[in-house]
Amino acid sequence: MQEHDLSFVRVEMAAAQPAPPSERGLGAWIRRNLIASIGDTILTIIGIVLVAMILPQVINWAFINAQWTGTDRTFCATVAQGGIQPDGWTGACWAFVNAKFGQFMFGRYPLDERWRPILIAVLFAALLVPLLIPKVRRKGLNAMLFFGALPILAFILLVGGVFGLPHVETSLWGGLLVTLSLSFVGIAVSLPLGIVLALGRRSKMPIVKMLCVVFIETVRGIPLITVLFMASVMLPLFLPAGVTFDKFLRALIGVSLFAAAYMAEVVRGGLQAIPRGQYEGADSLGLGYWQKMGLIVLPQALKLVIPGIVNTFIGMFKDTSLVYIIGMFDLLGVVKLNFSDANWATPQTARSGLVFAAFIFWLFCFGMSRYSMFTERRLDTGHKR
Amino acid sequence: MASQEILREEPSRGSFINDPKVRGIFFQAVVVIVLVASVWWIVQNTIDNLTRLNIASGFGFLRGRAGFDISDSAIAYSSDSTYSRAILVGFINTLIVAGAGIVTATLIGFILGIGRLSRNWLIRKICMVYVEVFRNIPPLLVIFFWYSGVLAVLPAPRDSYNLPFGSFLNQRGFYFPRAVWGDGSWLIFVALLLGIAMAWFVARKARQRQMATGQQFPVFWTSAALIVGLPLLAYALSGFPLSFDFPQQSTFNLVGGFQVKPEFLSLYLALSFYTAAFIAEIVRAGIMGVSKGQTEAAGALGLRPGSILRLVVVPQAMRIVIPPLTSQYLNLTKNSSLAIAIGYPDLTATTGTVLNQTGQAIECVLIMMVVYLVLSLLTSAVMNVVNARMALVER
Repeated sequence: MQEHDLSFVRVEMAAAQPAPPSERGLGAWIRRNLIASIGDTILTIIGIVLVAMILPQVINWAFINAQWTGTDRTFCATVAQGGIQPDGWTGACWAFVNAKFGQFMFGRYPLDERWRPILIAVLFAALLVPLLIPKVRRKGLNAMLFFGALPILAFILLVGGVFGLPHVETSLWGGLLVTLSLSFVGIAVSLPLGIVLALGRRSKMPIVKMLCVVFIETVRGIPLITVLFMASVMLPLFLPAGVTFDKFLRALIGVSLFAAAYMAEVVRGGLQAIPRGQYEGADSLGLGYWQKMGLIVLPQALKLVIPGIVNTFIGMFKDTSLVYIIGMFDLLGVVKLNFSDANWATPQTARSGLVFAAFIFWLFCFGMSRYSMFTERRLDTGHKR
Repeated sequence: MASQEILREEPSRGSFINDPKVRGIFFQAVVVIVLVASVWWIVQNTIDNLTRLNIASGFGFLRGRAGFDISDSAIAYSSDSTYSRAILVGFINTLIVAGAGIVTATLIGFILGIGRLSRNWLIRKICMVYVEVFRNIPPLLVIFFWYSGVLAVLPAPRDSYNLPFGSFLNQRGFYFPRAVWGDGSWLIFVALLLGIAMAWFVARKARQRQMATGQQFPVFWTSAALIVGLPLLAYALSGFPLSFDFPQQSTFNLVGGFQVKPEFLSLYLALSFYTAAFIAEIVRAGIMGVSKGQTEAAGALGLRPGSILRLVVVPQAMRIVIPPLTSQYLNLTKNSSLAIAIGYPDLTATTGTVLNQTGQAIECVLIMMVVYLVLSLLTSAVMNVVNARMALVER
């Protein structure tokens, strides 16, 4: 009877059928993503109209109509404004950016000495890139060079006055040089200071805790401009007569302290997210306070708050532009300063310069945020709830 | 607790240097000594410096004549007013620009945040590009862009752009018709207040009835009718007292109407557009934080998509959204101090002018700090109340 077994068991898999045509290809994608419903279609039309209104204008302005070369304002002005362009012309004046590029980068740093910031920039990049690529080894040495040797070398080279290098006043510094050096020092100072403040805020010692809370909450409650004002007008009053601080240094202190308060709150969030068991486990192993924090708690806490830390860095990078208000010329300040150059004053100058500065700022900030996302993924040990 | 007490009271076995308690006291004592010493040093230096510079400390200078003009003032002010009046003008300007900015930024931010979660690919991408662009450039740059890049290159007054409703846009700002309230217009305001009160009352009653009997009442349409209809009725009854003062073009400038200066306009637009990008991200995170099961369960209960959004998703999303939204509002308020860069007379700018004229650095910076701190605390307090009403009531 066994030969007449009627039950059927299929032993091999049926070949997969292709998806129905209505679900395949560009048509299906459009149907799903652009015209799924009447409301969706209306939204798509609005979107297309928006893009069609804005994008061609932007491309026209930035590329097609743009003036790339030129020596003065006539290249970027219409005939009516005393230039060579046809009336009604609007386009970016990249010639202006081109002509002022050195200033935008270095400010009024003496022309003969500009190899110094360039050298530092090259070293900065050469040390930063391997530090950021996880596969490159010798991270310890690299970090030591980057955070230890480079700042010292940069200080000696940029300020000068020793080894036969002419002294360059910080008031001559400007442009991207100021933006980057302010944010580098700000980052390097604010992270450790922020960690200390966060630990202080969670400390069991009442006086230390109170001091940290007052500092953090006060700084977070006032605008950076007020802090910078304080650094530029009040600091001289606090010091003995005759002792003066460099303006650059004052801005540096202001920006670092400001960022440290925000950093402290970010780090505190991480510290709070570490389960009690980790603290108690460290205690039961007999670790002291700094060992407990340095070896057990902080590595976990900091990893948790990488996005927050990088956001604070980005915020600080953007905030360095505020030093313009206390009379220093960072990238934005130099760009703004050059609007008043009679040689280049046209209706397009301000827009072009600002778009250029915005692009540089955007590049750095966007890069930082993308790198933080990458690090977050890389350090994700799968313990997230 | 008891066992811990016993443990703590045991004499430390090692040297007392290793006792955390002793160390704590010692460390704090050092901190206090250092702090007191440096404060004393700073105070001494400051007193020396002030006597050397011949500056009398104290707030008496606030009663002096200001002697400078303020271009934008919501209250009566002239250069003969006192310094304190000037600072008050600045403070009101800060409030105005921050308030207007917060409203607009919230509107744009919510639209963008919901747009980033749209099923529509194009809308999603447009919102993403906006957020990524504005999040990554400094607010000061956005302000300059509006001020020098857009508004400063607008045509001169005689070639102004004509906009709908008799408004104009030119180099000197945005002009729109000013409402002129005639006799009896108070009736309209009374009617408006009455309408709002009645709408609130109706909503309350309707809610109570729905709780008790399950019967619904068209609250929205009734309230709309009350809030819009009553003032309209009053307007008609009082003999149409409202007229408009339209801006008129004259040879060199526009006359009449209400002028919004480019300084205010660029600060307001920049703050709104910049903060909107951050609010969009917050809103997106909030909506994504509501689990899909909630939507599905609501659907299983037979709620329609609109009701699901209104009754289930938004209340839960708001819980996630409000705390970071508060800090964005605070940031916007603090960023309004960037007004000084383009000459809009906000608190920082006017106080800065006072500082430069009088040299009273400590007092002026102190005023700024205290005002911003109080503003921050007030905003936090208000948002905390909202948050408490929204927060999850757990059993």
